[in-house]
Amino acid sequence: MSAPKTVALEVFTPILNPDKSHCSIPMYADHVEAGFPSPAQDYVDQCMDLNELCIRHPATAFFVRVKGDSMLEGGIYDGDILIVEGSLDPRHGDIVVACIDDSLTVKRFELHPEPRLAPMNRAYQPVAINPDNEINIVGVVTNVIHPLR
Amino acid sequence: MFALVDCNNFYVSCERLFRPDLRRRPVVVLSNNDGCVVARSQEAKDLGIKMAVPYFQIRALIERHQVVVFSSNYTLYADISTRVMLVLEEMVPDMEVYSIDEAFLRLPDERAPLEERLEFGHKVRERLRCWLRIPVCVGIAPSKTLAKLANSAAKRDVASGGVVDLCDPHQREYLFAHTEVGEVWGVGRRTRDKLHAMGIRSVADLAHASPERIRRRFSVNLQRTVYELNGQPCFGLESSPTNKHQIICSRSFAQRITDFAELREAVCTYTVRAAEKLREQGQVASQVTVFIRTGAYSSNERHYSNAAQRRLDFPGNDTMALVGAATSALQSVWRQGYRYAKAGVMLSDLCPQQEAQPGLFDHTSAQRHNPALMQAVDALNRSGGGKIWFGSQGIKEDWRMKRAHLSPAYTTRWEDIPVVT
Repeated sequence: MSAPKTVALEVFTPILNPDKSHCSIPMYADHVEAGFPSPAQDYVDQCMDLNELCIRHPATAFFVRVKGDSMLEGGIYDGDILIVEGSLDPRHGDIVVACIDDSLTVKRFELHPEPRLAPMNRAYQPVAINPDNEINIVGVVTNVIHPLR
Repeated sequence: MFALVDCNNFYVSCERLFRPDLRRRPVVVLSNNDGCVVARSQEAKDLGIKMAVPYFQIRALIERHQVVVFSSNYTLYADISTRVMLVLEEMVPDMEVYSIDEAFLRLPDERAPLEERLEFGHKVRERLRCWLRIPVCVGIAPSKTLAKLANSAAKRDVASGGVVDLCDPHQREYLFAHTEVGEVWGVGRRTRDKLHAMGIRSVADLAHASPERIRRRFSVNLQRTVYELNGQPCFGLESSPTNKHQIICSRSFAQRITDFAELREAVCTYTVRAAEKLREQGQVASQVTVFIRTGAYSSNERHYSNAAQRRLDFPGNDTMALVGAATSALQSVWRQGYRYAKAGVMLSDLCPQQEAQPGLFDHTSAQRHNPALMQAVDALNRSGGGKIWFGSQGIKEDWRMKRAHLSPAYTTRWEDIPVVT
Protein backbone atom coordinates (compact mmCIF):
# COMPACT_ATOMS: atom_id res chain seq x y z
CA MET A 1 0.00 0.00 0.00
CA SER A 2 1.52 3.27 -0.99
CA ALA A 3 0.85 6.37 1.05
CA PRO A 4 -1.06 9.06 -0.80
CA LYS A 5 0.97 12.12 -1.66
CA THR A 6 -0.09 14.69 0.88
CA VAL A 7 2.23 17.57 0.26
CA ALA A 8 0.37 20.82 0.36
CA LEU A 9 0.65 24.32 1.62
CA GLU A 10 -0.22 24.65 5.22
CA VAL A 11 -3.30 26.80 5.47
CA PHE A 12 -3.51 29.34 8.24
CA THR A 13 -7.06 30.36 9.07
CA PRO A 14 -7.93 33.31 11.27
CA ILE A 15 -9.43 32.55 14.68
CA LEU A 16 -13.10 33.28 14.40
CA ASN A 17 -14.61 35.74 16.78
CA PRO A 18 -16.32 33.53 19.38
CA ASP A 19 -19.24 35.83 20.10
CA LYS A 20 -20.02 36.08 16.41
CA SER A 21 -21.03 39.66 16.90
CA HIS A 22 -19.97 40.37 13.38
CA CYS A 23 -19.11 38.41 10.34
CA SER A 24 -17.04 39.58 7.43
CA ILE A 25 -18.30 39.44 3.89
CA PRO A 26 -15.69 39.09 1.23
CA MET A 27 -15.43 41.97 -1.16
CA TYR A 28 -14.68 41.12 -4.74
CA ALA A 29 -12.27 43.59 -6.21
CA ASP A 30 -12.64 42.16 -9.70
CA HIS A 31 -14.87 44.05 -12.02
CA VAL A 32 -17.86 42.29 -13.50
CA GLU A 33 -18.11 42.02 -17.26
CA ALA A 34 -21.12 43.61 -18.83
CA GLY A 35 -21.88 43.10 -22.48
CA PHE A 36 -20.32 40.50 -24.71
CA PRO A 37 -17.00 38.92 -23.77
CA SER A 38 -14.25 39.31 -26.30
CA PRO A 39 -14.68 36.60 -28.94
CA ALA A 40 -10.89 36.08 -28.91
CA GLN A 41 -10.70 35.40 -25.19
CA ASP A 42 -10.99 31.64 -25.43
CA TYR A 43 -8.31 31.51 -28.07
CA VAL A 44 -5.49 33.13 -26.11
CA ASP A 45 -2.45 30.86 -26.11
CA GLN A 46 0.49 30.91 -23.79
CA CYS A 47 3.52 32.35 -25.52
CA MET A 48 5.69 29.81 -27.27
CA ASP A 49 8.63 28.55 -25.33
CA LEU A 50 11.74 27.19 -27.04
CA ASN A 51 12.64 25.12 -24.00
CA GLU A 52 9.40 23.27 -24.38
CA LEU A 53 10.23 22.51 -27.99
CA CYS A 54 13.86 21.53 -27.50
CA ILE A 55 14.14 19.97 -24.06
CA ARG A 56 12.43 16.74 -23.14
CA HIS A 57 13.73 16.26 -19.63
CA PRO A 58 14.94 19.54 -18.11
CA ALA A 59 16.47 17.88 -15.04
CA THR A 60 18.98 16.01 -17.19
CA ALA A 61 19.53 18.56 -19.97
CA PHE A 62 22.50 20.89 -20.29
CA PHE A 63 24.30 22.93 -22.91
CA VAL A 64 27.78 22.67 -24.37
CA ARG A 65 29.68 24.83 -26.85
CA VAL A 66 31.39 23.26 -29.86
CA LYS A 67 35.00 23.99 -30.60
CA GLY A 68 36.57 22.82 -33.85
CA ASP A 69 35.39 21.32 -37.12
CA SER A 70 35.22 17.56 -36.47
CA MET A 71 31.44 17.49 -37.04
CA LEU A 72 31.21 19.77 -40.08
CA GLU A 73 29.43 17.20 -42.27
CA GLY A 74 26.82 16.73 -39.57
CA GLY A 75 25.96 20.43 -39.78
CA ILE A 76 27.64 21.19 -36.46
CA TYR A 77 30.03 24.15 -36.66
CA ASP A 78 32.62 25.80 -34.47
CA GLY A 79 30.87 27.92 -31.84
CA ASP A 80 27.49 26.17 -32.06
CA ILE A 81 25.64 25.36 -28.87
CA LEU A 82 24.32 21.83 -28.39
CA ILE A 83 21.46 20.71 -26.20
CA VAL A 84 22.46 17.45 -24.52
CA GLU A 85 20.12 15.14 -22.62
CA GLY A 86 21.46 12.61 -20.15
CA SER A 87 18.21 10.66 -19.85
CA LEU A 88 18.18 9.42 -23.46
CA ASP A 89 19.68 6.07 -24.40
CA PRO A 90 21.99 6.51 -27.39
CA ARG A 91 20.84 4.75 -30.57
CA HIS A 92 22.77 4.04 -33.74
CA GLY A 93 23.24 7.29 -35.63
CA ASP A 94 22.66 9.60 -32.67
CA ILE A 95 25.02 12.50 -32.10
CA VAL A 96 26.40 12.13 -28.58
CA VAL A 97 28.68 13.94 -26.18
CA ALA A 98 31.20 11.54 -24.67
CA CYS A 99 34.29 11.50 -22.53
CA ILE A 100 37.14 9.99 -24.51
CA ASP A 101 40.35 9.78 -22.53
CA ASP A 102 40.58 13.14 -20.86
CA SER A 103 38.34 15.31 -22.95
CA LEU A 104 34.69 16.01 -23.71
CA THR A 105 33.90 15.40 -27.34
CA VAL A 106 30.96 15.33 -29.73
CA LYS A 107 30.71 12.36 -32.11
CA ARG A 108 28.28 10.21 -34.06
CA PHE A 109 27.36 7.04 -32.15
CA GLU A 110 27.50 3.97 -34.40
CA LEU A 111 26.73 0.36 -33.53
CA HIS A 112 27.40 -1.31 -36.89
CA PRO A 113 29.46 -2.53 -38.59
CA GLU A 114 31.18 -2.11 -35.23
CA PRO A 115 30.57 0.00 -32.12
CA ARG A 116 32.43 3.28 -32.48
CA LEU A 117 32.31 7.02 -32.07
CA ALA A 118 32.81 8.61 -35.45
CA PRO A 119 33.64 12.21 -36.30
CA MET A 120 31.76 13.69 -39.27
CA ASN A 121 34.79 15.06 -41.05
CA ARG A 122 37.14 12.88 -43.04
CA ALA A 123 40.16 14.61 -41.57
CA TYR A 124 39.52 12.89 -38.22
CA GLN A 125 39.68 9.28 -37.07
CA PRO A 126 36.86 7.32 -35.39
CA VAL A 127 37.36 5.78 -31.96
CA ALA A 128 36.33 2.17 -31.42
CA ILE A 129 34.11 1.41 -28.43
CA ASN A 130 35.64 -1.57 -26.69
CA PRO A 131 36.69 -2.55 -23.19
CA ASP A 132 40.25 -1.33 -23.84
CA ASN A 133 39.47 2.35 -24.03
CA GLU A 134 37.57 4.26 -21.46
CA ILE A 135 34.52 5.83 -23.07
CA ASN A 136 31.70 7.34 -21.15
CA ILE A 137 28.62 8.66 -22.94
CA VAL A 138 27.49 11.86 -21.27
CA GLY A 139 24.27 12.31 -23.22
CA VAL A 140 22.51 12.48 -26.56
CA VAL A 141 22.51 15.73 -28.54
CA THR A 142 18.92 16.61 -29.37
CA ASN A 143 19.34 20.06 -30.96
CA VAL A 144 21.95 22.35 -32.43
CA ILE A 145 21.77 26.09 -31.92
CA HIS A 146 23.55 27.71 -34.84
CA PRO A 147 23.31 31.50 -35.04
CA LEU A 148 23.19 32.89 -38.59
CA ARG A 149 24.06 36.48 -37.76
CA MET B 1 9.56 2.04 4.63
CA PHE B 2 12.34 4.56 4.00
CA ALA B 3 15.25 4.75 1.61
CA LEU B 4 18.05 7.19 2.25
CA VAL B 5 19.81 8.27 -0.92
CA ASP B 6 23.18 9.91 -0.26
CA CYS B 7 25.46 11.17 -3.02
CA ASN B 8 29.05 9.92 -2.80
CA ASN B 9 31.55 12.78 -2.27
CA PHE B 10 28.90 15.03 -3.80
CA TYR B 11 30.92 18.21 -4.30
CA VAL B 12 33.76 16.25 -5.89
CA SER B 13 31.31 14.39 -8.16
CA CYS B 14 29.97 17.78 -9.31
CA GLU B 15 33.46 19.10 -10.01
CA ARG B 16 34.25 16.00 -12.05
CA LEU B 17 31.09 16.11 -14.19
CA PHE B 18 32.63 18.10 -17.02
CA ARG B 19 36.27 17.35 -16.28
CA PRO B 20 36.99 13.77 -17.42
CA ASP B 21 40.69 14.48 -16.85
CA LEU B 22 39.99 14.41 -13.10
CA ARG B 23 38.60 10.87 -13.14
CA ARG B 24 41.34 9.18 -11.21
CA ARG B 25 43.06 12.17 -9.70
CA PRO B 26 42.84 13.12 -6.05
CA VAL B 27 40.40 16.05 -5.74
CA VAL B 28 39.46 18.15 -2.72
CA VAL B 29 36.91 20.93 -2.31
CA LEU B 30 37.54 23.72 0.19
CA SER B 31 35.02 25.50 2.40
CA ASN B 32 34.06 29.14 1.96
CA ASN B 33 37.12 31.37 2.01
CA ASP B 34 39.23 28.36 1.03
CA GLY B 35 39.54 27.57 4.73
CA CYS B 36 39.43 23.82 5.11
CA VAL B 37 38.63 20.63 3.25
CA VAL B 38 34.90 19.89 2.98
CA ALA B 39 34.90 17.14 0.33
CA ARG B 40 37.43 14.57 -0.84
CA SER B 41 37.58 12.10 -3.67
CA GLN B 42 38.44 8.52 -2.75
CA GLU B 43 41.98 9.12 -4.02
CA ALA B 44 42.33 12.10 -1.67
CA LYS B 45 41.02 10.05 1.25
CA ASP B 46 43.56 7.37 0.40
CA LEU B 47 46.31 10.00 0.69
CA GLY B 48 45.25 10.48 4.29
CA ILE B 49 43.61 13.89 3.80
CA LYS B 50 41.08 14.20 6.59
CA MET B 51 37.74 15.97 6.55
CA ALA B 52 37.81 19.57 7.84
CA VAL B 53 41.60 19.80 7.87
CA PRO B 54 42.78 23.40 7.26
CA TYR B 55 44.03 23.97 3.72
CA PHE B 56 47.39 25.43 4.77
CA GLN B 57 48.21 22.28 6.71
CA ILE B 58 48.08 20.07 3.63
CA ARG B 59 49.72 22.42 1.12
CA ALA B 60 52.88 20.33 0.93
CA LEU B 61 50.91 17.10 0.49
CA ILE B 62 48.86 18.74 -2.26
CA GLU B 63 52.00 19.79 -4.14
CA ARG B 64 53.63 16.42 -3.79
CA HIS B 65 50.67 14.40 -5.03
CA GLN B 66 49.28 16.99 -7.41
CA VAL B 67 45.94 17.05 -5.67
CA VAL B 68 43.41 19.13 -7.59
CA VAL B 69 41.90 21.82 -5.37
CA PHE B 70 38.55 23.58 -5.82
CA SER B 71 36.83 26.38 -3.97
CA SER B 72 33.20 25.64 -3.11
CA ASN B 73 31.07 26.30 -6.18
CA TYR B 74 27.65 26.40 -4.55
CA THR B 75 25.97 27.59 -7.74
CA LEU B 76 27.01 24.36 -9.43
CA TYR B 77 26.27 22.13 -6.43
CA ALA B 78 22.82 23.65 -5.88
CA ASP B 79 21.90 23.16 -9.54
CA ILE B 80 23.07 19.54 -9.65
CA SER B 81 21.36 18.90 -6.31
CA THR B 82 18.07 20.22 -7.70
CA ARG B 83 18.42 17.89 -10.66
CA VAL B 84 19.13 14.88 -8.42
CA MET B 85 16.05 15.67 -6.33
CA LEU B 86 13.86 16.13 -9.43
CA VAL B 87 14.89 12.75 -10.81
CA LEU B 88 14.23 11.09 -7.42
CA GLU B 89 10.87 12.82 -7.11
CA GLU B 90 9.68 11.10 -10.27
CA MET B 91 10.40 7.72 -8.74
CA VAL B 92 8.56 7.84 -5.40
CA PRO B 93 5.24 8.96 -3.93
CA ASP B 94 6.84 11.18 -1.28
CA MET B 95 10.27 12.35 -0.21
CA GLU B 96 12.17 14.72 2.05
CA VAL B 97 15.15 16.67 0.80
CA TYR B 98 17.31 16.27 3.88
CA SER B 99 20.39 18.15 2.75
CA ILE B 100 22.08 19.28 -0.44
CA ASP B 101 23.17 15.69 -1.14
CA GLU B 102 20.75 13.48 0.80
CA ALA B 103 17.08 12.62 0.49
CA PHE B 104 14.77 10.30 2.38
CA LEU B 105 12.36 8.53 0.04
CA ARG B 106 9.16 6.75 0.90
CA LEU B 107 9.25 3.47 -1.01
CA PRO B 108 6.60 3.16 -3.73
CA ASP B 109 5.43 -0.14 -2.27
CA GLU B 110 5.58 -0.34 1.54
CA ARG B 111 5.17 -4.10 1.55
CA ALA B 112 7.55 -5.00 -1.23
CA PRO B 113 9.64 -8.09 -0.47
CA LEU B 114 13.41 -7.86 -0.04
CA GLU B 115 14.29 -8.56 -3.69
CA GLU B 116 11.98 -5.81 -4.88
CA ARG B 117 13.34 -3.34 -2.34
CA LEU B 118 16.89 -4.06 -3.43
CA GLU B 119 15.85 -3.82 -7.06
CA PHE B 120 14.36 -0.41 -6.36
CA GLY B 121 17.57 0.73 -4.66
CA HIS B 122 19.65 -0.34 -7.64
CA LYS B 123 17.23 1.34 -10.02
CA VAL B 124 17.70 4.64 -8.15
CA ARG B 125 21.48 4.23 -8.32
CA GLU B 126 21.49 3.32 -11.99
CA ARG B 127 19.21 6.16 -12.98
CA LEU B 128 21.28 8.83 -11.24
CA ARG B 129 24.45 7.32 -12.64
CA CYS B 130 23.18 7.18 -16.24
CA TRP B 131 21.10 10.35 -16.34
CA LEU B 132 23.17 12.71 -14.22
CA ARG B 133 26.45 10.80 -13.71
CA ILE B 134 26.14 11.29 -9.96
CA PRO B 135 27.10 8.22 -7.91
CA VAL B 136 24.95 7.52 -4.86
CA CYS B 137 24.41 4.86 -2.21
CA VAL B 138 21.02 3.73 -0.97
CA GLY B 139 20.08 2.48 2.51
CA ILE B 140 16.66 0.90 2.96
CA ALA B 141 14.98 0.26 6.31
CA PRO B 142 11.72 0.64 8.25
CA SER B 143 12.99 3.74 10.12
CA LYS B 144 15.04 6.78 9.13
CA THR B 145 17.71 6.04 11.75
CA LEU B 146 18.16 2.54 10.33
CA ALA B 147 18.13 3.86 6.77
CA LYS B 148 21.02 6.16 7.73
CA LEU B 149 23.01 3.22 9.12
CA ALA B 150 22.14 1.12 6.07
CA ASN B 151 23.44 3.91 3.86
CA SER B 152 26.78 4.20 5.60
CA ALA B 153 27.09 0.41 5.44
CA ALA B 154 26.45 0.61 1.70
CA LYS B 155 29.17 3.26 1.37
CA ARG B 156 31.74 1.23 3.32
CA ASP B 157 31.01 -2.19 1.88
CA VAL B 158 31.93 -2.34 -1.79
CA ALA B 159 30.41 -5.82 -2.10
CA SER B 160 26.96 -4.38 -1.37
CA GLY B 161 26.89 -2.76 -4.80
CA GLY B 162 25.86 0.49 -3.14
CA VAL B 163 22.53 -0.74 -1.76
CA VAL B 164 21.97 -2.13 1.74
CA ASP B 165 18.65 -3.20 3.22
CA LEU B 166 18.34 -3.43 7.02
CA CYS B 167 14.77 -4.63 7.37
CA ASP B 168 15.70 -8.00 8.77
CA PRO B 169 16.52 -7.76 12.52
CA HIS B 170 18.91 -10.71 12.29
CA GLN B 171 20.88 -8.97 9.59
CA ARG B 172 21.17 -5.89 11.77
CA GLU B 173 22.79 -7.76 14.63
CA TYR B 174 26.21 -8.17 13.07
CA LEU B 175 26.35 -4.59 11.86
CA PHE B 176 25.12 -3.25 15.20
CA ALA B 177 27.73 -5.18 17.17
CA HIS B 178 30.53 -3.84 14.97
CA THR B 179 29.42 -0.22 14.71
CA GLU B 180 30.39 2.46 17.17
CA VAL B 181 27.42 4.13 18.89
CA GLY B 182 28.67 7.55 17.76
CA GLU B 183 27.77 6.58 14.20
CA VAL B 184 24.07 6.65 15.01
CA TRP B 185 22.07 9.52 13.54
CA GLY B 186 21.51 12.13 16.23
CA VAL B 187 24.20 10.88 18.61
CA GLY B 188 26.63 13.77 18.91
CA ARG B 189 30.02 13.73 20.55
CA ARG B 190 28.77 14.69 24.00
CA THR B 191 25.98 12.11 23.97
CA ARG B 192 28.43 9.49 22.77
CA ASP B 193 30.82 10.18 25.65
CA LYS B 194 27.98 9.99 28.14
CA LEU B 195 26.79 6.72 26.60
CA HIS B 196 30.31 5.34 26.77
CA ALA B 197 30.44 6.20 30.48
CA MET B 198 27.28 4.12 30.90
CA GLY B 199 28.93 1.19 29.13
CA ILE B 200 26.99 1.71 25.92
CA ARG B 201 29.65 1.49 23.23
CA SER B 202 28.20 -0.21 20.17
CA VAL B 203 24.96 0.38 18.30
CA ALA B 204 23.86 -3.02 19.61
CA ASP B 205 24.29 -1.76 23.19
CA LEU B 206 22.06 1.24 22.47
CA ALA B 207 19.46 -0.83 20.62
CA HIS B 208 19.19 -3.17 23.63
CA ALA B 209 19.15 -0.39 26.23
CA SER B 210 15.96 0.32 28.13
CA PRO B 211 14.14 3.10 26.29
CA GLU B 212 12.79 4.40 29.62
CA ARG B 213 16.25 4.68 31.09
CA ILE B 214 17.54 6.43 27.99
CA ARG B 215 14.70 8.95 28.17
CA ARG B 216 15.45 9.69 31.84
CA ARG B 217 19.19 10.07 31.31
CA PHE B 218 19.05 11.85 27.95
CA SER B 219 15.99 12.97 26.07
CA VAL B 220 12.83 11.87 24.36
CA ASN B 221 14.70 12.16 21.06
CA LEU B 222 17.30 9.59 22.06
CA GLN B 223 14.54 7.33 23.36
CA ARG B 224 12.96 7.57 19.93
CA THR B 225 16.32 6.69 18.43
CA VAL B 226 16.28 3.46 20.47
CA TYR B 227 12.86 2.59 19.07
CA GLU B 228 14.02 3.47 15.59
CA LEU B 229 17.02 1.16 15.93
CA ASN B 230 14.57 -1.62 16.71
CA GLY B 231 12.61 -0.99 13.56
CA GLN B 232 9.81 1.15 14.99
CA PRO B 233 9.65 4.37 13.02
CA CYS B 234 9.32 7.51 15.19
CA PHE B 235 10.63 10.13 12.80
CA GLY B 236 8.45 10.69 9.76
CA LEU B 237 9.47 12.60 6.68
CA GLU B 238 10.46 16.13 7.70
CA SER B 239 11.37 15.25 11.28
CA SER B 240 14.76 14.37 12.68
CA PRO B 241 16.67 13.97 15.95
CA THR B 242 19.57 16.22 15.10
CA ASN B 243 20.88 19.53 13.86
CA LYS B 244 21.14 19.78 10.15
CA HIS B 245 23.96 21.11 8.03
CA GLN B 246 21.48 22.87 5.85
CA ILE B 247 17.92 23.73 6.67
CA ILE B 248 15.53 23.22 3.82
CA CYS B 249 11.87 24.20 3.80
CA SER B 250 10.12 23.31 0.61
CA ARG B 251 6.67 22.25 -0.35
CA SER B 252 4.59 21.51 -3.37
CA PHE B 253 1.65 23.86 -3.62
CA ALA B 254 -1.87 22.56 -3.39
CA GLN B 255 -2.64 24.62 -6.47
CA ARG B 256 -0.33 26.08 -9.05
CA ILE B 257 0.80 29.63 -8.34
CA THR B 258 1.07 32.16 -11.16
CA ASP B 259 1.20 35.38 -9.20
CA PHE B 260 4.43 36.89 -7.87
CA ALA B 261 2.90 38.21 -4.66
CA GLU B 262 1.51 34.79 -3.86
CA LEU B 263 4.80 33.07 -4.58
CA ARG B 264 6.65 35.60 -2.47
CA GLU B 265 4.24 34.90 0.35
CA ALA B 266 5.00 31.18 0.12
CA VAL B 267 8.75 31.75 0.02
CA CYS B 268 8.53 34.11 3.01
CA THR B 269 6.52 31.55 4.95
CA TYR B 270 9.18 28.92 4.29
CA THR B 271 11.92 31.35 5.24
CA VAL B 272 10.19 32.20 8.51
CA ARG B 273 9.90 28.52 9.29
CA ALA B 274 13.48 27.82 8.33
CA ALA B 275 14.64 30.73 10.50
CA GLU B 276 12.72 29.26 13.42
CA LYS B 277 14.43 25.92 12.91
CA LEU B 278 17.76 27.70 12.68
CA ARG B 279 17.26 29.46 16.02
CA GLU B 280 16.01 26.25 17.56
CA GLN B 281 19.34 24.70 16.62
CA GLY B 282 21.16 27.68 18.11
CA GLN B 283 22.79 28.35 14.78
CA VAL B 284 23.33 31.16 12.32
CA ALA B 285 23.36 30.98 8.52
CA SER B 286 25.45 32.84 5.96
CA GLN B 287 23.67 31.83 2.81
CA VAL B 288 20.08 31.73 1.62
CA THR B 289 19.06 29.81 -1.49
CA VAL B 290 15.62 30.08 -3.05
CA PHE B 291 14.40 27.64 -5.67
CA ILE B 292 11.19 27.64 -7.65
CA ARG B 293 9.87 25.38 -10.32
CA THR B 294 6.86 24.42 -12.39
CA GLY B 295 5.30 20.93 -12.46
CA ALA B 296 7.18 17.72 -13.19
CA TYR B 297 8.26 17.37 -16.78
CA SER B 298 5.71 14.69 -17.53
CA SER B 299 2.87 17.17 -17.23
CA ASN B 300 1.96 19.17 -20.29
CA GLU B 301 3.01 22.47 -18.83
CA ARG B 302 5.79 24.76 -19.85
CA HIS B 303 8.73 23.96 -17.67
CA TYR B 304 10.88 26.36 -15.74
CA SER B 305 13.06 25.87 -12.73
CA ASN B 306 15.71 28.04 -11.25
CA ALA B 307 17.53 28.84 -8.04
CA ALA B 308 19.44 31.80 -6.69
CA GLN B 309 21.65 32.38 -3.69
CA ARG B 310 22.23 35.38 -1.51
CA ARG B 311 24.98 35.72 1.04
CA LEU B 312 24.13 37.59 4.19
CA ASP B 313 26.29 40.55 5.12
CA PHE B 314 27.11 38.67 8.28
CA PRO B 315 25.99 35.25 9.57
CA GLY B 316 22.68 35.55 11.35
CA ASN B 317 19.37 34.03 12.28
CA ASP B 318 17.31 37.17 12.22
CA THR B 319 14.10 36.48 10.34
CA MET B 320 13.99 39.96 8.82
CA ALA B 321 17.44 39.64 7.33
CA LEU B 322 16.76 36.14 6.02
CA VAL B 323 13.42 37.13 4.52
CA GLY B 324 15.10 40.10 2.86
CA ALA B 325 17.74 37.88 1.30
CA ALA B 326 15.16 35.29 0.23
CA THR B 327 12.95 37.93 -1.38
CA SER B 328 15.86 39.36 -3.29
CA ALA B 329 16.84 35.87 -4.50
CA LEU B 330 13.26 35.15 -5.52
CA GLN B 331 13.07 38.36 -7.52
CA SER B 332 16.06 37.32 -9.57
CA VAL B 333 14.61 33.92 -10.57
CA TRP B 334 10.95 34.84 -10.90
CA ARG B 335 9.61 34.70 -14.46
CA GLN B 336 6.12 35.77 -15.39
CA GLY B 337 3.90 33.35 -17.26
CA TYR B 338 4.64 30.04 -15.58
CA ARG B 339 2.48 27.90 -13.35
CA TYR B 340 4.67 27.27 -10.30
CA ALA B 341 4.22 23.97 -8.49
CA LYS B 342 6.90 24.13 -5.87
CA ALA B 343 9.21 26.51 -4.07
CA GLY B 344 11.76 26.11 -1.35
CA VAL B 345 14.25 27.89 0.80
CA MET B 346 17.59 26.54 1.93
CA LEU B 347 19.71 28.07 4.66
CA SER B 348 23.30 26.93 4.45
CA ASP B 349 26.80 27.57 5.64
CA LEU B 350 25.53 27.13 9.19
CA CYS B 351 27.54 27.46 12.34
CA PRO B 352 26.77 27.71 16.04
CA GLN B 353 25.79 31.19 17.14
CA GLN B 354 28.71 31.45 19.59
CA GLU B 355 31.20 30.54 16.89
CA ALA B 356 29.91 33.04 14.37
CA GLN B 357 32.76 35.24 13.21
CA PRO B 358 32.26 38.44 15.15
CA GLY B 359 31.61 41.35 12.91
CA LEU B 360 33.81 40.60 9.91
CA PHE B 361 31.17 42.39 7.91
CA ASP B 362 29.93 44.77 10.54
CA HIS B 363 31.22 47.80 8.79
CA THR B 364 28.57 47.36 6.11
CA SER B 365 25.79 47.62 8.64
CA ALA B 366 27.54 50.50 10.32
CA GLN B 367 27.71 52.18 6.95
CA ARG B 368 23.96 52.25 6.74
CA HIS B 369 23.59 53.91 10.09
CA ASN B 370 26.39 56.38 9.99
CA PRO B 371 27.09 57.62 6.51
CA ALA B 372 29.08 60.67 7.68
CA LEU B 373 31.55 58.53 9.57
CA MET B 374 31.87 56.23 6.61
CA GLN B 375 32.61 59.10 4.29
CA ALA B 376 35.32 60.32 6.62
CA VAL B 377 36.85 56.85 6.80
CA ASP B 378 36.70 56.39 3.06
CA ALA B 379 38.30 59.77 2.49
CA LEU B 380 41.14 58.90 4.84
CA ASN B 381 41.70 55.54 3.20
CA ARG B 382 41.62 57.00 -0.28
CA SER B 383 44.10 59.76 0.58
CA GLY B 384 46.87 57.21 0.64
CA GLY B 385 48.18 58.68 3.88
CA GLY B 386 47.07 55.81 6.02
CA LYS B 387 44.52 53.14 6.64
CA ILE B 388 41.75 53.09 9.11
CA TRP B 389 39.32 50.28 9.84
CA PHE B 390 36.92 49.16 12.48
CA GLY B 391 37.95 46.97 15.34
CA SER B 392 35.01 44.74 14.61
CA GLN B 393 36.49 43.97 11.20
CA GLY B 394 39.21 42.07 12.94
CA ILE B 395 42.84 42.36 11.95
CA LYS B 396 42.28 40.54 8.69
CA GLU B 397 41.88 43.28 6.16
CA ASP B 398 40.45 41.58 3.16
CA TRP B 399 37.30 39.86 4.33
CA ARG B 400 35.84 39.28 0.92
CA MET B 401 35.25 35.65 0.26
CA LYS B 402 38.34 34.02 -1.11
CA ARG B 403 37.62 31.61 -3.89
CA ALA B 404 40.89 31.22 -5.68
CA HIS B 405 40.06 27.80 -7.10
CA LEU B 406 36.50 28.31 -8.29
CA SER B 407 35.29 26.14 -11.19
CA PRO B 408 32.91 27.48 -13.86
CA ALA B 409 29.13 27.52 -13.33
CA TYR B 410 28.85 24.85 -16.06
CA THR B 411 25.10 24.42 -15.95
CA THR B 412 23.78 27.84 -15.05
CA ARG B 413 25.77 30.49 -16.91
CA TRP B 414 26.06 30.85 -20.69
CA GLU B 415 29.68 32.02 -20.57
CA ASP B 416 30.58 28.97 -18.49
CA ILE B 417 29.03 26.07 -20.41
CA PRO B 418 31.44 23.20 -21.09
CA VAL B 419 33.36 23.09 -24.38
CA VAL B 420 33.33 19.94 -26.51
CA THR B 421 35.67 19.23 -29.40
